[in-house]
Amino acid sequence: MRVLGATLLGIWVLAGIALVLWLIDAWDIDKVTTYGPKFLSGLATTLTLVGISITLGALLSVPIAFGRMSSNRFLAALAYGYVYFFRGTPLIAQLFLIYYGFGSFRDQMEAMGLWVFFRDAWNCALFAFTLNTAAYQAEILRGAIESVPRGQHEGAAALGLKPVQTFHRIILPQAMIVALRPYGNEIILMIKGSAIVAIVTVFDLMGETRRAYSRTFDFQTYIWAAVLYLVIVEALRNIWQKLEQRLTRHLKR
Amino acid sequence: MEPTATLGEQLYLLVSLFDPFCGPIGFLNLLPENSLLSCGDTGWGDEVARGFFVTITLAACTLPIGLIIGLFLALAQQTDIRSLRISANIYTTIFRGLPELLTIFMIYFGLQIAVREAALALGYDRGFDINSFVAGTVALSLVFSAYACEVLSSAFKAIPKGQYEAGYALGLRPGKTMRLLILPQLVRIALPGLGNLWMILIKDTALISVIGLGDTLRQTGIAAKVTKEAFFFYGIACLLFLSLAILSSVAFSRIETRVRRSGVNQ
Repeated sequence: MRVLGATLLGIWVLAGIALVLWLIDAWDIDKVTTYGPKFLSGLATTLTLVGISITLGALLSVPIAFGRMSSNRFLAALAYGYVYFFRGTPLIAQLFLIYYGFGSFRDQMEAMGLWVFFRDAWNCALFAFTLNTAAYQAEILRGAIESVPRGQHEGAAALGLKPVQTFHRIILPQAMIVALRPYGNEIILMIKGSAIVAIVTVFDLMGETRRAYSRTFDFQTYIWAAVLYLVIVEALRNIWQKLEQRLTRHLKR
Repeated sequence: MEPTATLGEQLYLLVSLFDPFCGPIGFLNLLPENSLLSCGDTGWGDEVARGFFVTITLAACTLPIGLIIGLFLALAQQTDIRSLRISANIYTTIFRGLPELLTIFMIYFGLQIAVREAALALGYDRGFDINSFVAGTVALSLVFSAYACEVLSSAFKAIPKGQYEAGYALGLRPGKTMRLLILPQLVRIALPGLGNLWMILIKDTALISVIGLGDTLRQTGIAAKVTKEAFFFYGIACLLFLSLAILSSVAFSRIETRVRRSGVNQ
């Protein structure tokens, strides 16, 4: 077992060294000056897209989450259907449905003035991602709110707090701590999932990588993209972990 | 034609006897002959059904491979040998951190380059096409195993140390303790997490369409391009994926109640 472990670790180390040596060997200042800035602008596109859709999705998720918890059967079913659809189908199929599919209704949309918006791949991607992440975030929010024990509601009622006050001062702060980790996971999932916009001609990090590869046939373009994605995801994961430790320090014993 | 493709064709012929869409008992046969989804040459029903079959096959091929690799990774993370733990952690960090699409492209193009180099080294001088089904299975197995490792690892942690000690006290060898005592409990604990991963896997198969595999999304995409009915066909693709999700969740809740029957619950 010890030998196996040492061998496997050795393979990783060797692979890492080989990769670095190969990247140094393949370092081409022309390619770096041509494609380096493009990669960075692609990275900025990815982060902007994810940032905006996560924010808009967070806003949209609030009514959906309350719809899910509503005692009104119709509202609850509607919200459930929305969440089930967006969580049950692949993001790429949703993106195609919006980007290619809405073209089927071009005449009607032109009449409503919506075509200017949906003609653009970036807008379609933003729209699809917002709807998708709203469904996931609604489930996170609902789970977090429902995880707060009943006694907290009763305690607040016993203190004579109004329902709105109860929600803002008692329920939400406790729910947010529960929701912190899944929210972090959702952001990471969106960063990774956003790579599919490259298929519909948005030049995010993945799109720039594909363009660079199709021009140079140099595999190192993919390696650099992988390094960039790994760095972002790992950085975000570590920041989130620190944040969580800081915010939950009063719960530690 | 690559061997897997021909095997797939044969399998498809067999399965098409029970095809619920366009087989002898398929419900799409009820449609009039010139509708968009009818079977045969006039409609797209059989093409889409074929893609749906490819989606299911891809997910079903990935699942066992990913589970086995994931189990070994989780076992490696449980040991007290540091080099094994670090190796497993590097693997999971890489494949959980990379976008699935990037992994797929890297495996697809990387395998192509590797095969070409190997062929050159052996003296063949011609290009090889990597079967997109094989590349897709490899890429999805890598991703699935990294996530499965996480689920199984936390399930391992939920099994009390006393269970291992009980196995030891009964005189069972470590391998037998694992197989007879630990794994049955592990399955029960890990099942909900693995169910989630299966759902994610089904959705991830749609990404393989970008390297040219004729799955549900690609077949509906071709139909959409030819007929100019993009919303209709991508809507069909979404409904097909949705129906798979519903079927899976029904199946999983059945399996869970069945597995829980034998357990002593808190």
